[in-house]
Amino acid sequence: MKKIYELTAFEIKEKIANKELTSEEVVTAIFDRIEETDGEIGSFVSLRKDKALAEARIIDEKVKNGEQLGALAGIPVAIKDNMVSIGEPSQSASKILEGYEGIYDATVVQKLKDAGAIIIGKTNMDEFAMGSTTTTSIYEKTTKNPWDLERVPGGSSGGAATSVAAEQCFISLGSDTGGSIRQPASFCGVVGLKPTYGRISRYGLMAFSSSLDQIGPFTKTVKDSALALNILAGSDDYDSTVEDVEVPNYLDYLTGDIKGMKIGVPKEYFIEGLNSGVKKVVDEALEVFKSLGAEIVEISLPHTKYAAPTYYVLAPAEASSNLARFDGVRYGHRTKNPKNIDELYTKSRSEGFGDEVKRRIMIGTYVLSAGFFDAYFKKAQKVRRLIKNDFDRAFEQVDIIFTPVTPGPAFRLDAKKTPVELYLEDIFTIPANLAGIPGISIPAGETDGLPVGIQLLGRAFGEKDILKAGDAFEKAIKERV
Amino acid sequence: MSLTREEVLSVAKLARLEFNEEEIQRFQADLNNILDYIDVLGEINTDNVEPLVQVNESGVKLREDVIRKSLTAEEAMKNAPASQDGALIVPKVVGE
Repeated sequence: MKKIYELTAFEIKEKIANKELTSEEVVTAIFDRIEETDGEIGSFVSLRKDKALAEARIIDEKVKNGEQLGALAGIPVAIKDNMVSIGEPSQSASKILEGYEGIYDATVVQKLKDAGAIIIGKTNMDEFAMGSTTTTSIYEKTTKNPWDLERVPGGSSGGAATSVAAEQCFISLGSDTGGSIRQPASFCGVVGLKPTYGRISRYGLMAFSSSLDQIGPFTKTVKDSALALNILAGSDDYDSTVEDVEVPNYLDYLTGDIKGMKIGVPKEYFIEGLNSGVKKVVDEALEVFKSLGAEIVEISLPHTKYAAPTYYVLAPAEASSNLARFDGVRYGHRTKNPKNIDELYTKSRSEGFGDEVKRRIMIGTYVLSAGFFDAYFKKAQKVRRLIKNDFDRAFEQVDIIFTPVTPGPAFRLDAKKTPVELYLEDIFTIPANLAGIPGISIPAGETDGLPVGIQLLGRAFGEKDILKAGDAFEKAIKERV
Repeated sequence: MSLTREEVLSVAKLARLEFNEEEIQRFQADLNNILDYIDVLGEINTDNVEPLVQVNESGVKLREDVIRKSLTAEEAMKNAPASQDGALIVPKVVGE
């Protein structure tokens, strides 16, 4: 029989509802699991065991009294450290927010609570979600890949990915600005969904790049991803960028039948630098889709090679503007004994931000400065349109798009990579953020004992299509094992 | 495009950041590598392309202007480094 922590969110939900398990048993099992594994893995930066157990007992009381249960009732969920929640540490893994405690709930946190989910703690990340390794966190802990403790978990939502991969919770929330959900999901062998821009409220998410950021779930299965999206999606008065588009029941689309679905394969994503082990897994995955009756169509997204450079103009520009609020006045780190207000700002920021954040603030400030605005920022916004147009044209031909997630599997923690080499980690994930379309990373196989994911991209608000295809794929490969 | 040491210092001033000598050299090298990397955008002709500011172009969404519960002054001050009597305290700036 499976251990409690080995179950999926959906299985937990059903077992609590039909009284095979109590939420208290589930939460206890999860905290035991965390105690046993987190010394090595390092997923969590704060935990709320006593509160979680108390909340679990309330759910169990409701089950006992036959009260109606929320869709995530009793399920332990972890949250990335850049989402605020009342009375809990929320630090974005930055020294500048040391000791910061949420004074309101992010909309996603509120929605999880309303659905009966049990929030167990906050997970480690790259500082202000800038990075692809989770090594720029200011916390004195290194999050490690559960598949190989000498390798990175990916980033920036590394802790969120490992918390699900190491079976320390059933759903975790990450944020994805250029691939920060999909890349760590691929590196850690879990499902990671970045929804359409405007599908999930960003209220309460500490902003990195407001036109690109999107919150999404990590789960063990595509079905769990659909279950989580059902709760997280939808309009919010506190975030005017959330679109009033109906939220379907995503679970209804998981029929396993994708006969006749047109899947586009962009030739620009199969570059020379693609690791041979990754390529093999990706090629085999494509064969699975063919065997399920999908029609594979070669497509072209001609501006793909410009996506990462575009991102590395726009994201730092928005970041430099968003992070201007950290000035040591209203919250966050304040330097000791500043002589005047200028010194208060400059020293507080210089002491509080880490190197990668400073690098991006500097680039952002430069590309937005008078004289360079048109040459860099406006230029990048124009290229962004060309990239979006590529996708719009592709989706006239196909239902979804299939690509690798990353050029290689998880690399070693001691690998010495320059900032630009690290930026290349995101070349296959960034285009979806620029175009605002949804993308999902799904485990597809292994190379040298490390997991490899595939990425499915959909039309704006076409999450149902990628979930449907992803679920069919997942079922097909499980049958083969 | 290559940034000189003075330009790095000038951008740092705008960004309200300060660096020691070792950091200035390191950041100058890093920033120039990143600028080289993004310079590839110059290859594309974008003369007749409208900049994309927001991907969802459905316009500004408005809601009714109704009064709702908001944070109290006490709550808003909770994370302040220094505050007193509902006000934030900062170093004296008058006369500078």
